[in-house]
Amino acid sequence: MLVRNIVQRGLCIPLINTILGETMLKLSKIFTAGMLCLLMTTIAYSNDLDAFVGQKGILKIAGGTAHIPVMKAAAELIMTSNPDIRITIAGGGTGVGIKQVGEGLVEIGNAGRKATDEEIATYNLSMVKWAIDGVGAVVNPKNSVTALTASQLQDIFAGKIVNWKEVGGEDREINIYDRDSASGTREVFWKKALNSGDVAKKANVVVSNGAMKTAIAGDPYSIGYVSVGHIDATVSPVALDGVVPNLENTKSGSYGVARGLYSLTKGEPAGLAQSFLDFLLSPTGQQIAKDKGFVGVK
Amino acid sequence: MKIHSGLPVHLFRLAALGCGFLTIAVFMMMLYLGWPLLTSGQFFVLLSQNWLPEQNIYGIYPMLTGSIAIAILSLCLSLPISLGTAFVAATLAPPKFRKLVMIMVRFMAGIPTVIYGFVAVFLLVPFMREQLAGGSGLNILTASLVLALLIAPTMIVFFVNGLGNVDKSYCLAVDAMGGRPIQKLLYLQLPQAWPTIIAGIIMGFGRAMGDTLISLMLAGNSIAVPHSVVDSGRTLTAHIALVIAADFASMEFKSIFACGLVLYGFSVIVVILLRYVTTVLLRPQS
Repeated sequence: MLVRNIVQRGLCIPLINTILGETMLKLSKIFTAGMLCLLMTTIAYSNDLDAFVGQKGILKIAGGTAHIPVMKAAAELIMTSNPDIRITIAGGGTGVGIKQVGEGLVEIGNAGRKATDEEIATYNLSMVKWAIDGVGAVVNPKNSVTALTASQLQDIFAGKIVNWKEVGGEDREINIYDRDSASGTREVFWKKALNSGDVAKKANVVVSNGAMKTAIAGDPYSIGYVSVGHIDATVSPVALDGVVPNLENTKSGSYGVARGLYSLTKGEPAGLAQSFLDFLLSPTGQQIAKDKGFVGVK
Repeated sequence: MKIHSGLPVHLFRLAALGCGFLTIAVFMMMLYLGWPLLTSGQFFVLLSQNWLPEQNIYGIYPMLTGSIAIAILSLCLSLPISLGTAFVAATLAPPKFRKLVMIMVRFMAGIPTVIYGFVAVFLLVPFMREQLAGGSGLNILTASLVLALLIAPTMIVFFVNGLGNVDKSYCLAVDAMGGRPIQKLLYLQLPQAWPTIIAGIIMGFGRAMGDTLISLMLAGNSIAVPHSVVDSGRTLTAHIALVIAADFASMEFKSIFACGLVLYGFSVIVVILLRYVTTVLLRPQS
């Protein structure tokens, strides 16, 4: 029985990854449609891919889930023009990204926040910032509340405002959805939107941007937060102090709840990893990031 | 025959030893990795504290209560149903119907956990939110209801096997005396099958305690200590799944080993307790 139990527990993590994977699959399908357009740009920017000519080998990437759409798009472009190169991309979140690159399990680890000085020192990491990601509060599209002040948002998440009536909505209890503390998305939202304030202990916790969208879309009285690039018709963004969390406002800097997207390598990047990071910063790489809903850094 | 049976026997023995050793090895690994927590005395502090990472408090008390509440509640919900189904499938129904019931039960056991979770998210959760419990609909009761469904087949199969394994001559004797099926069940099969039924309950409880996906998807995962069955709660297993992404050196990550040790300890205690009950207190009269 004990063995069975342990096997069962062990299986659960891959299962969760499968759920996450399904969202990724969807994204990759959408991406495949966009591939044709991108291939056109490829011709224009083909010199950005020149660095990969003659290179071969496997490049393993893991970490932040927000990075994955861009990583996948870049990887497919590179692998299509250089069949000798194989690039694998896994999720897992910022924590996993830093951990795995530090331990040498992957060549590139993605992080949704700056690695701490301690992490950089322990693992001898070097860091590249290649895009900016905004995090916006979202509610169910049925909810009539579409704007909140920063202090209202903080009070809702702290559990001081418990009914939608108090902010101009229906007379229903507010259901708060939060992410686990290892999430990079949560860190941005908590620091910049909630001003590092309390989050009600009774808040429900979900495992990813995708799971958050599913939860919010299914619960008419909910509030949560997702990366701006993930906001679509299934959820409705909440303007914070009058600024709507969308791509334009994040790009222009008027919406302040944002973070950098980082890629880390152990020591100075070399070989394939270096070419890949250079590619992300090239005009083609930056265009992919923009197409995926992020703000470029170049 | 004797010459040839040597090797297979050794192989099987090796497999059995391997399984046993693996169980112990897992415990040893968790003990090794969780040792700093145990020796510094932090382990027992963790068991009684709340989970407030922002204040550097990494207690797992809320998850402990969540796990116990969900496991016990789902067992309470599932046991009567499983026993009833087993009675029907083992004795009370006509043979053809019994077979059909067992086919259904075995099929149920084969459905992946995630399917139950998904179906519940779209059917049970909105019902819970609008009609029964209010709030978000993600709570201990929701998770327990689905878990009850999940552990039922495991228990039913055990119960049916136990009830069916009663000595044929006893059954014939009851039939010869003109006993009705219900009498045979209550006065012969049930007392005889008691140890197997206990074993089935252990299995069911173990599955309920060890399940991660259902509680992760349906219990809400809040870090507050649950005070009622309609409160959102987090289990130890779901906590491990949520925190595993934290970096290795962090206290968050270390707390995972506390969760693992507690889960392991729980399983051991339940097994020992119920084994004791079956072998010492309820020794079958034979």
